[in-house]
Amino acid sequence: MAFEPKRPQKKLNYQELRLYTDEQLKNYTEEEVKNFKPKHDIPKLEQLEDGPWPSFVADAKRYALRRHKLGQENLLINEDVVDDLLGQLELSYVHGETHWKHGGIVGVIGYGGGVIGRYSDVPEQFPGVAHFHTMRVNQVPSKFYDTNFLRGLCDLWEYRGSGLLNMHGSTGDIILLGTFTEQLEPIFQELTQVLDVDLGGSGSNLRTPECCVGKARCEYALYDTQEMCYEMVMHYQDELHRPAFPYKFKFKFDGCPNGCVASIARADMSFIGTWKDDIRINQDAVQAYINGEFPPGGGSHKGRDWGKFDIYAEVIDRCPTGCMSMEDGKLVIDNANCTRCMHCINTMPRALKPGVETGVSILFGAKAPILEGAQMSVMVIPFMKAEPPYDNIKEIIDRTFEWWMEEGKNRERLGETIQRVGLQRFCEIIGVPPAPQMVKEPRTNPYIFWKEEDVPGGFKRDIDDYRSRHAR
Amino acid sequence: MALSKDKLGRFNPDNPMENRVTDIGPRHYWQYFPPVIQRNYGKWDYHEILEPGVLVHVSETGDKAYTVRCGGMRFMSVEFLREICDIADKFADGYVRFTTRNNIEFIVDSLEKVEALKAELAKHKFYSGSYKFPIGGTGAGVTNVVHTQGFIHCHTAAVDASSMVKAIMDGVFEHFTAMDLPAQVRISMACCLNMCGAVHCSDIALLGYHRKPPVIDHEIIDKVCEIPLAIASCPTAAIAPAKTEDGRKTVRIKEERCMFCGNCYTMCPALPLADGEGDCVVMLAGGKLSNRISPPKFSKVVIPYLPNNHPLFPEVVAAVKQVLEAYAKDARKYERLGDWAERIGWEKFFEKCGLPFTEHLIDDYRLAYDTYRTSTQFKYTDAAWAVTRAAEGEE
Repeated sequence: MAFEPKRPQKKLNYQELRLYTDEQLKNYTEEEVKNFKPKHDIPKLEQLEDGPWPSFVADAKRYALRRHKLGQENLLINEDVVDDLLGQLELSYVHGETHWKHGGIVGVIGYGGGVIGRYSDVPEQFPGVAHFHTMRVNQVPSKFYDTNFLRGLCDLWEYRGSGLLNMHGSTGDIILLGTFTEQLEPIFQELTQVLDVDLGGSGSNLRTPECCVGKARCEYALYDTQEMCYEMVMHYQDELHRPAFPYKFKFKFDGCPNGCVASIARADMSFIGTWKDDIRINQDAVQAYINGEFPPGGGSHKGRDWGKFDIYAEVIDRCPTGCMSMEDGKLVIDNANCTRCMHCINTMPRALKPGVETGVSILFGAKAPILEGAQMSVMVIPFMKAEPPYDNIKEIIDRTFEWWMEEGKNRERLGETIQRVGLQRFCEIIGVPPAPQMVKEPRTNPYIFWKEEDVPGGFKRDIDDYRSRHAR
Repeated sequence: MALSKDKLGRFNPDNPMENRVTDIGPRHYWQYFPPVIQRNYGKWDYHEILEPGVLVHVSETGDKAYTVRCGGMRFMSVEFLREICDIADKFADGYVRFTTRNNIEFIVDSLEKVEALKAELAKHKFYSGSYKFPIGGTGAGVTNVVHTQGFIHCHTAAVDASSMVKAIMDGVFEHFTAMDLPAQVRISMACCLNMCGAVHCSDIALLGYHRKPPVIDHEIIDKVCEIPLAIASCPTAAIAPAKTEDGRKTVRIKEERCMFCGNCYTMCPALPLADGEGDCVVMLAGGKLSNRISPPKFSKVVIPYLPNNHPLFPEVVAAVKQVLEAYAKDARKYERLGDWAERIGWEKFFEKCGLPFTEHLIDDYRLAYDTYRTSTQFKYTDAAWAVTRAAEGEE
């Protein structure tokens, strides 16, 4: 397996990176937090402080206090930024309307994405959030971290930003929420030169790719999702930072058909692990499930008494293709008729394992409802080997980009372009023949766009010739 | 290398390209794997959920990786992230992982460490009493709600996100810390139709929605917008060119054609839709992402309007619980919410959930006909008899 980074990794040590002393980091008491009154009255927000689920309001208030105790001399943007954000949020709750202005083009030199401009529409009341620009930081594939990196990021973002962030945003980036325009370049320089990490994507470019936990901690991973995600994000850095597409474009890497990173619903190009040989069966373990020695579903249903495990009711009869049976006390799978839905494997993970000849299915075109309605990705390439350096897959990606940049209209997602010109045309572009695996069923109308060369004699005809056989 | 304390740090405005580093991508993942993960990468044999929020993955080598999963807030402060780091340093060798659903995972290599972690996590509470690190979110239960920015950062949001998510999770907390449902229930929330949270394939989805057409800012529209682009952005051709009384270029809206998608506002800041009085929450249900048993499916609109009662959204929380409890009572083991609705029939879904079926729930956008029932197969519910009575067919 190839675990080599594309470039040497700078070793990060928080003790070298740090901006704040230990005293500055522990600069408040629980008593002070309890008695703290933020700058603005926030009675509505304060209704969200109790209840068992973690309270973002309690967190933000504690953090507002911390900023005051640090003082403006230890912060480069307004020490009141959190108070003002809470104040504006409270006002938004009163009005039932957001108080952020539309857009605002800001960024860092040389990049067309990664920074989202945001301005308050009530800046006199809440000057700390007059500017509240977001920066997207490319997350580590599958979101493992150590505390050296995270603490370094915390110090940087506290000093130069609001200290508020998302771990993580919907597409996968770490989202740094809220800073002023003049700090965008300095933050970018610190990120790349010191923390050794880049911005993610925004706008009409490749959005930051995302992958599932993969082989790091999942027995179902059918290809190396981290490795492939990392390779693709490095290979397509230019597309990620410099918008040249009709609209956004997303890659997501799911290790198996369980689809933990939602690629089939959210990615223009969904890579989903699959296999082509037989499901591996451990008959002793099947018996152990039947005898109640192993909990079904890896223990997923332990919270309720569902009765004794019944292999027919829970597995064999639930198989969507009916390709499983018991013969002489042994579980038998008709693999040629299996569609690899994962149910039997998910239910008896110690008895059944996917095959060993693995690769990816590639599906195209998912998106949220804007504009033509939501679309899921379409199965186009049933099986493809997915091994470093992934040249076969890059070739498909490059053909897709090239065609879509030519053919796609402004703000048209790939799936909409495919819908407009037809899946058959898209297959032609990426160089694959049509297959029944691409459709749920064949078309019900015969409105086929026959081409002139398909039809004997072509389309050119003579009306006199026609009339020689048919009177007017 | 230390982070810079200078106001402009390493940026030199007189020579902005000086020392500039670009196109370096993310940090490489390998260095962030705990040792037990590095040793067993690609060698995992099976896993088991030992109790809600605690998993063990067993390797072919015999090694075991124990994961403790805690519910997390997507929106947090660096102070909270530092608290996560403190726990990671003390109990998990300095490593931590986040999930796609904003949960926090600590991975350790022994059961003793799991017990120590659990004891520590239970101690962390906010001054107001809420947990900082509730353990759960595994198996056949409700896990964290994925959501969008809402009023914290977004200019197109129709409702806030973080507050609604907090209120929902408080309301269904018992299912986060237990695995007592027929299958996992994935709840998601998006604050407008742009759906940065892509809620269109969730068991239960909440969506902020506008219900008033855009209001036109005639004074600035020709300065801040490309008017032809604004016109072209409308999927129903509801926007037409027009002139103001003093002859300046503007647009007019054919209000009866507006479906309130907000695409025009994305293209043109002079066409805001937000209106505290009109904006609402839509509930969708029955979607899923996995290919398990049935193919992935879209969520369907089941409640067209719920009030935008910030910050506790009592009507939304009640509706989520109503659907969740009906499903919990009636569905079969392994059956996702959408599979259950399809098996019993959507008419029974509305009956069992106690939800009214209104005209808003019948599609009238493109391809609507595909969703109409073209069969004599249906089940009798009160709604069917209401039709019979209205048609004077008796009953």
